[in-house]
Amino acid sequence: MTIGLTHYLTVAAILFTLGVFGIFLNRKNVIIILMSIELMLLAVNINFVAFSAFLHDLVGQIFVMFVLTVAAAEAAIGLAILVVFFRNRGSIEVEDINAMKG
Amino acid sequence: MTAFVFYLFAALAIASGAMVVTARNPVHSVLFLILTFFNVAGLFILLGAEFVAMIMVIVYVGAVAVLFLFVVMMLDIHAVTLREGFTKILPVGAVVALVLFVELALVFGTWLMAPDLDAVRGAPTPAVGELSNTQAIGAVLYTDYVYLFQLAGIVLLVGMIGSIMLTLRARVGVKRQNPRTQANRPLEDCIEVKKVATGKGV
Repeated sequence: MTIGLTHYLTVAAILFTLGVFGIFLNRKNVIIILMSIELMLLAVNINFVAFSAFLHDLVGQIFVMFVLTVAAAEAAIGLAILVVFFRNRGSIEVEDINAMKG
Repeated sequence: MTAFVFYLFAALAIASGAMVVTARNPVHSVLFLILTFFNVAGLFILLGAEFVAMIMVIVYVGAVAVLFLFVVMMLDIHAVTLREGFTKILPVGAVVALVLFVELALVFGTWLMAPDLDAVRGAPTPAVGELSNTQAIGAVLYTDYVYLFQLAGIVLLVGMIGSIMLTLRARVGVKRQNPRTQANRPLEDCIEVKKVATGKGV
C-alpha cells in the first residue's frame, strides 16, 4: 500500500484538530494554549511539506521556513508577555487576565 | 517498508500530540511536544524534505521547546487549580474538534488537482541525484525569495528586541558594580605601599 498525499493531510488534520481541542480543554492554562498553537502551526507545516513533495514544487518548503520563523518569534514574545504577567499578578490563569475590562 | 515507517511516525506524532493537551503536568506536556516534533521531522524526511526536517528539530526542539520548558519551570503554577472544569468543558471541546475534523476531511476527501498544474509550478524540485534538497532550497531561497528571507530576519530581530524589552527590569536595592567609579578611584585609596625590611616583617 503506497502512502499518498491524503495520508499526510489526514495526519495534519488530526494534529490541527488536537491543537483546537487543546485550546478548549486547557482554557485556564496559557502555557498549554501556546503549546496547542504550536501544534496547529506544526500541522500547517506538514500540509506545506506534503504538498511540496507530491507536487514537486520547492516553494512549499521555503514557506515552511517562514512559518517556522514567525512561530519562533511568536513563542518568544508570548512567553515574555507571560513572564511579565506572572511577575505582576502572580498567576497565569486566563480568567485573571481582566485588567483591561471596563 | 515506507508504509510501516509512515504509520509508526504518524501514530507516535498523533499520540504524543494528544498527550500534550491532556497531560496533567505542564512539564510533561512540553516533553511530549518535543516527541511530536521529532516524529514530524521523521515524516518530513520520509517526504524527502531533509533540510526542513533538520531545521525543524533545531528550531523547535532546540529553541522553542526549551524556552517553553524554562518558562514552565520558572513560573510557580498550580497544575491542579488550572485544570478546574477540565471534564466540564471536555464534551464541548470534543464536539467542536470533531466538527472541524469532519470539515477538514470533507475538504481533503474531495480534492482535485488542477489539470494545468505543471505550468504554474513555482520552483520545480530537481531530479533525485542532480541536486541535494539543501542545495535546491538554497538556490531558490537566496534568489527568488531573498527579500522575504531578509524580512524573516527582521521579524526575528523584532521578536528578540520585544522579548528583551518586556522582561528587562531595573531592580531597586541591588548592589551593582560601577566600572566608572571603580576606575576613577585614586591610587591612594586602593593600595598602600610598604617597605618591608628583610627578616623583620611589617
